[in-house]
Formats: sequence, C-alpha cells, structure tokens
Amino acid sequence: MKLITAIIPEEKLDEVREALIEAEIERITVLRVSGHGRQQEIVVQRGKKVVPNLIPKVQITIACNDAFEDITVDTIIRTARHGAGEVGDGKIFVQELKECIRIRTGERGGQAI
Amino acid sequence: MTWKRSLCLAVLLGAGLPLFAEGAGPVNDTGTTAWMLTSTTLVLLMVPGLAMFYGGLVRTKNVLGTMMHSFSAMAVVGVLWTVVGYALSFGPSALGGLIGWSRGLVLLRSIDHTILPAGVPEYAFAMFQGKFAIITPALIAGAVAERISFRGWVAFITLWVLFVYCPLCHWVWASDGYFFNLGAKGAIDFAGGTVVHISSGVAGLALALFLGARHGYPKTAMAPNNLTFTLIGAGLLWVGWFGFNAGSSIASNLETARALTVTQVAAASGALTWVLIETIREDKPTSLGMASGILAGLVVITPAAGVVQVGGAIVLGAIASCACFSMILLKNRLGYDDSLDAFGIHGTGGIVGALGLTFFIRDSWWAEAAAKVPGWGVLAQLKVQAFAVGATILFSVVMTLLIAFLVEKAIGFRVTEAVEKTGLDHDLHGERAYGLNNLN
Repeated sequence: MKLITAIIPEEKLDEVREALIEAEIERITVLRVSGHGRQQEIVVQRGKKVVPNLIPKVQITIACNDAFEDITVDTIIRTARHGAGEVGDGKIFVQELKECIRIRTGERGGQAI
Repeated sequence: MTWKRSLCLAVLLGAGLPLFAEGAGPVNDTGTTAWMLTSTTLVLLMVPGLAMFYGGLVRTKNVLGTMMHSFSAMAVVGVLWTVVGYALSFGPSALGGLIGWSRGLVLLRSIDHTILPAGVPEYAFAMFQGKFAIITPALIAGAVAERISFRGWVAFITLWVLFVYCPLCHWVWASDGYFFNLGAKGAIDFAGGTVVHISSGVAGLALALFLGARHGYPKTAMAPNNLTFTLIGAGLLWVGWFGFNAGSSIASNLETARALTVTQVAAASGALTWVLIETIREDKPTSLGMASGILAGLVVITPAAGVVQVGGAIVLGAIASCACFSMILLKNRLGYDDSLDAFGIHGTGGIVGALGLTFFIRDSWWAEAAAKVPGWGVLAQLKVQAFAVGATILFSVVMTLLIAFLVEKAIGFRVTEAVEKTGLDHDLHGERAYGLNNLN
C-alpha cells in the first residue's frame, strides 16, 4: 500500500478531482494548506505589488494499493500542471503505508482501502 | 412650534412677494421628502444584500466575481441613469411612446429646481427610480452565475438598461406610458412586478439558455459556499424592500403604510410556506428554503402592494412559494442551468403576483375603477394584467437575446472552460474571497 500526498495549485483542484474520479480513484481527502517552495506569487492590491510569504495550496491525500500508484500519480501530474509546466505546479510525495484500518468493520490492509 | 411658525411667517412676509410670485408650483413637503430619501437609501441597501445573497450561493472560487456582478451594476447604472437613463424613462413619450426622451433631463440638468406635485424634489424621485434601475440588471446575474466574463457583463447591463429597462420603465410608470393608461385605471404594477422582476427573471432565463449550462452541470454537485451570507443577504433584502414597496407610493401617508404592511405579511407568509413545503417533502426545513421563501413572498407582493389587503398578501405569499418551489423542481427536470434561480423566483413570483393580485384588490379600488369605466371587473382587469405581463416577457426575451448575441460576438460573454474551472475570482480578478479556510 502507498500513501500519496500531492500539493497542487488550488485552482487546479476541480480538474484534478474530476480526472481522478474518471480514473476510478474516488477515495480522497482534501485540505487547504499554505506554505512556500520556489514560487513567488505577486498579488496586486490597490496598485501595489505584494509578495505574500505563504502561498495557499491544496493538499490531496490518497491511500491506495500498489497497483494504483502509477495511475494516480500520472493523473495528478497531467492535470495539475500548467501548460508545459511552471514553478508553483506543486509536488507529489509517495510513501509506504504500513497499515490501513476501516473503523466501521475493523478490516485491515488492502481491502480496507 | 409656535415661534418657528411665526418665524416662517415673518420670513414669508419679509421676502414675501418674490416667493409668492414663484410659488405657483408645488411646495416641498419635508415629511414626504424625508421618507423618499430614506426609501432611496433602503433600496440601495438591497444591492449589497443581493450581492451577499448570490455570493453565498456560488462555489468558493466564484464568490468575489459573483458579488462584483451586483456591485458593478451600482457603478455602471449609477452613472448611466443620471446621464441618459432618467431622460429615457421619464421624459415625455418619443418614438410613438416606445421610450421617453427629453434633452433637458440629460445629466438631470432641468430638474435642478423642480419640486414634484407630490411635494418631493424631483432629485429624490430620480434617485429613488435610479436604484430600481440598478437592482434590476443585478438580479439577472443569478441566472448566469459562475460562467460570464466581467467585461461582457458590464457591456450587457449597459445595453440592457438602455434598451430593455428604460423602455419598460417608461411604459409602466411614466404618466404617458402604454401600460399606465391601459383599461380603467392602468395595468397595476405598484413597485415593479413587471418592470423589475418579470423583465429580469425572463431575461435571466433567456440568457441562461443562450449561454448554456456551467461545465459539469447538473452532474457535479455545486453546493453553496456560505449560506450565512445568503441569510444575511435575504435579511437585507427584506429590510430594503420596505423602501422598494412603501417608497413606491411617492408619499408618506396611508397608502405608504398599507404597502409596508402587506410587504411584511407576504414575505413572512412566503417564508413560512416554503419551510413548510420542505418539512413535509424532505423532512427538514433548510435555511436556504427560508431565504428563498422570503424572496418569493417579497417578489409576489411587489406589483400588488398598492391594492391588496392583509388577507390577500398572506395568500399571495403562500401561492408564490408553492409556484416558485414547483418551478425549481421543473427546472431540475428540464435541465437548464438557471444557476441561482433568478427566473425560478423573480420571474415566477413576478408573474404570479402581477396576475394573482387581480383577485385580491380592495373594494375602494374597484369603486374608483367602476366610476371611470362602468362595470369594470375582475376579468377586464385580468386581461389588462395579462397583456402587460405578456408584452413584458416578449419584449424582454427578444431584446435580451439580441443584446447577448451582440456582446458574445463583439467582446465575448461566456468565459473559457479553463477560466470556469479555475474560477472567476482567480482568473478575472486576481483575488480570493477567503483566507485559508473554506475549501471548495
């Protein structure tokens, strides 16, 4: 099992989610987060340019069985990217997932995902 | 009081002759003027109210873009109305009565010293009417929320006010207008059932059909982002509506109080009915239902506020909620995307009010009508009402489609699919409504 965490631009959420649903990956958790990487977002407020320290992003967390890792990652890359790719398009982290438990039934492992 | 009066008398006597020489015209009535200025303010308050109402109903990514639709009406029509709008609406009939026109009224120049026979400065009347011209196009935005460009919208409302609102306003409210002189005592439209609600409601429907549904509608869930806003907006609209309806008497007297009373009753009855329908059908009364019911009741009483009594207002409010609720069910079945139900509530409620009021008119009105045309009755008045409603629908739909077509061809009306997915706030305005919370 894998735990996939993707940080994506917030305006791409709908597109990524629709594509994931189409690829039959429907069990996801979404959070609004903020942070900074290499991107500098310049916002104009009343004619003055402002560079916020922290840029809002959206974090998607998906737990999946090994067979679904590639399709999940590829779908996110394809839909979260701006055009040919820009600074600020985000990152994907893939981790080994030790255990998964469905609270309702107490099932464990791959079938609980 | 007495010293004030004697002071006035002294002033009158002292400067008496020139005053009396000019004083052939109407004299300013401070009470009426004060109420008209208050009403004007109240009607303007409805526009940010509408912005909140609509702003709460859209998705997080479109909050500011949607609120900007209402606010841009304040900016655009606020200027347009004083430049030519008032002249087109309340000037003497031109082009065979199709529209009004008076060069003197351009920039309101000729009314600088005018006091109307109602005892109100014409400035107060012009500004009061101007607020109606602002809120009417703003209502349309609800039908096409989340998918129109800002510049397309600004161009659209500019043309729409000039070529739809001003002519309709002239027909219904100018003393030489078509509908003002229909039948025994004119088509009844006290505060804008046809001019404001039917015209904007059907324009919204036409526009929604012309531009097409939002991307993903109706498959994707498009839940309101903040119903708290919507409730605050509905509350502001209710308060503002007292200016809208009671102010439309252009007086501060019995008629004003009657209009205010039935406005209150109809809104409450509408809210109650909508919530009741939901409780019976879905088992749960919703806050959105409460807000929608309030609006349905307010819309239905708008044309009727001058002629119906409390009983009629309660019934009309209840009927309006039933009709609007059914219309929204029908919309869901037919599948067109009247996003925030501008037609479902304003169009439907307006039509129900303009026709339904005929059955609840107070006796004294019938007596006056019969004195003018012997035997004038419900059926005759219903025909007049139906004619006014039909003509408004036809005119508004045809003109709206024409304007929409022009705007789409000239500068583009609907945003691209990419912008629609990202949201109006980010792509068109470069802003976001909320800080860190409130995920879409």
